[in-house]
Amino acid sequence: MSRLAAVIESLAVIGPGLPDWPAARAVLAGEQPYAAAPAAVPAPALLPPNERRRSGLAVKIALAAGASALAAGRRDAADIETVFASSSADGDTCHAICEQLAGSERLISPTRFHNSVHNAPSGYWSIATRCMAPSTSVCGYDASFGAGLLEACALLHAHRAPVLLVAYDAPYPEPLLAKRPVADAFGVALLLAPEAGPGALARLEVAATPAAPMVLEDAALEGLRRTIPSARSLPLLRLLAGGAAGAAVLEYLDGYSLAVSVAPCA
Amino acid sequence: MRPLQLSHLTLTTCLGRGLEATAGALQRRESGLARRAFETAVLDTCIGEVEGVDAVRLAPALAAWDCRNNRLAELGLAQDGFAEAVRAAAVRLGEARIGVFLGTSTSGILQTEQAYRRRDPASGALPADFDYAHTHNTYSVSGYVRARLALAGPAWTVSTACSSSAKVFGTAARMIGAGLIDAAVVGGVDSLCLTTLYGFNSLELLAREPCRPWDRARSGLSIGEAAAFALLEPLPAAGTADAIALHGVGESSDAHHMSAPHPEGLGARRSIESALAAAGLQPADIDYVNLHGTATPSNDSAEDRAVTEVFGSRTPCSSTKGATGHTLGAAGAVEAVIAALALRHGFIPGGAHTVEPDPALRAQYTLQSRAAPLRRVLSNSFGFGGSNCSLVLGRR
Repeated sequence: MSRLAAVIESLAVIGPGLPDWPAARAVLAGEQPYAAAPAAVPAPALLPPNERRRSGLAVKIALAAGASALAAGRRDAADIETVFASSSADGDTCHAICEQLAGSERLISPTRFHNSVHNAPSGYWSIATRCMAPSTSVCGYDASFGAGLLEACALLHAHRAPVLLVAYDAPYPEPLLAKRPVADAFGVALLLAPEAGPGALARLEVAATPAAPMVLEDAALEGLRRTIPSARSLPLLRLLAGGAAGAAVLEYLDGYSLAVSVAPCA
Repeated sequence: MRPLQLSHLTLTTCLGRGLEATAGALQRRESGLARRAFETAVLDTCIGEVEGVDAVRLAPALAAWDCRNNRLAELGLAQDGFAEAVRAAAVRLGEARIGVFLGTSTSGILQTEQAYRRRDPASGALPADFDYAHTHNTYSVSGYVRARLALAGPAWTVSTACSSSAKVFGTAARMIGAGLIDAAVVGGVDSLCLTTLYGFNSLELLAREPCRPWDRARSGLSIGEAAAFALLEPLPAAGTADAIALHGVGESSDAHHMSAPHPEGLGARRSIESALAAAGLQPADIDYVNLHGTATPSNDSAEDRAVTEVFGSRTPCSSTKGATGHTLGAAGAVEAVIAALALRHGFIPGGAHTVEPDPALRAQYTLQSRAAPLRRVLSNSFGFGGSNCSLVLGRR
């Protein structure tokens, strides 16, 4: 069974009660108690003002997480391949289109239509960062984080160049929310590189395993992990928060989990 | 990249079910586009509807996945012995060693569009029988195909609009190259729905008559639906001489606009050039280019610029969207399979419905289908968000 290796250069987290990586790191390392609070998603500074107003929560959290991870590193976004992973991209746009199609007029706005594609955050990201490098957008329903992690690590293995992974979710509004409950918005971004440079956070290895996925002891954090697809990353983030070598099993597909291990860069 | 063999192939479009029907129709330059009603749509346009999708029944154990998109997937899997070939590979390699990577743009959203017409008048709730996870969610088609083929390896959907099911070939190549899997089911499935019909209508990109790629009078696209699949495996060192292989994948981003291509075709050019580099080939090595060729005025002119800057004006090119319609998230896989058919049968498909190539476009546009011994073929797929992907297929 082969293992995929990467170096994590920097990362970002935005989620309920976890406003940024420094705060999330302290909570996940057990230095601070978790305090529940709705996810506070900053306006995407990358976008021009008119698009900033029009962009939905999914685009906002994806761009904010990606930009924050890059700001913590030393790379130019214009050169970096990207992988965007999400269970459902922009739920508000989807809801608005379905409502209009159920009405008599069926007038969809052109902007709304192009914002409905799963790769809308990728499109806005590449425009904002002037990045012409490849970008992909993947979906695995509840398994979307694992899908993104595998896609990003395989891309790194093939191209031997840095990859930015952005996994994000934004809940649908009602009535879709009742059919697809997602607790809150969440975004996590990992800047991966093939070799450890100065300031790199950790070495990462990923492999498939039939082992059962790990649950978190903290009930509130475990609640996030279970109810937001991109928060399936939390056991990995907790390892990174600890700063020491360690291993975890991330939930991916039934019977197909991901064994991740991290070690400090020497 | 190390070449991969397309061990088994199939596709189902408005041209017909399976490889033989498709190859024949393309050689005869037929089109499956027609002015016909779909669901409750009231639009003055032609569509490429696959016959008999509504009559498909999923196995009882898989009933939760039932929606038009997964019925179309099932219809596609049943052609050319494809499902049986994958099962044989699963027995040989192990269920967990075969990945499933499929492209779609709208998955089973038609199910949600219809559910929104049946909301509870008092609460606004969607009907109890509506199953979001198994139908509408973008992963649904990959989850269905993985369950239907009883596979147990990694799976996800790539959803980058109209480049989706070209990019899955790259995903599969990287996952096989990294040793995580030994083979992959790749492909694309996208089915007719109101979101895309009314969405492209809102952008004023729908043609009234069947679409005419590269024509001086082209006026927009015709939407189609399709299911196309390939089983990818490493190319054996000593295999059959007529094996069709994936030699290169190139990807890029336009970084220009959400729904309009870069006017100079910069992203497209970068995608084509990186596919050639991955294949270790020069432009002159390509015998035929299957264009993205949607028939919108701006898409075709941007692509013409990219193609002619790389290949000049002598490499034969055509778009098969006049025959199949634009099958959106399935288009990349449909056209990869068409490229494989062109290689296998030795022909260049003529561009159906195109009457007079636009004199402002410089690519060598092929109007009539003709026999041609092909060795290497390039296929382009470009999508919203500026997502570009080019594939190089060829004989070993």
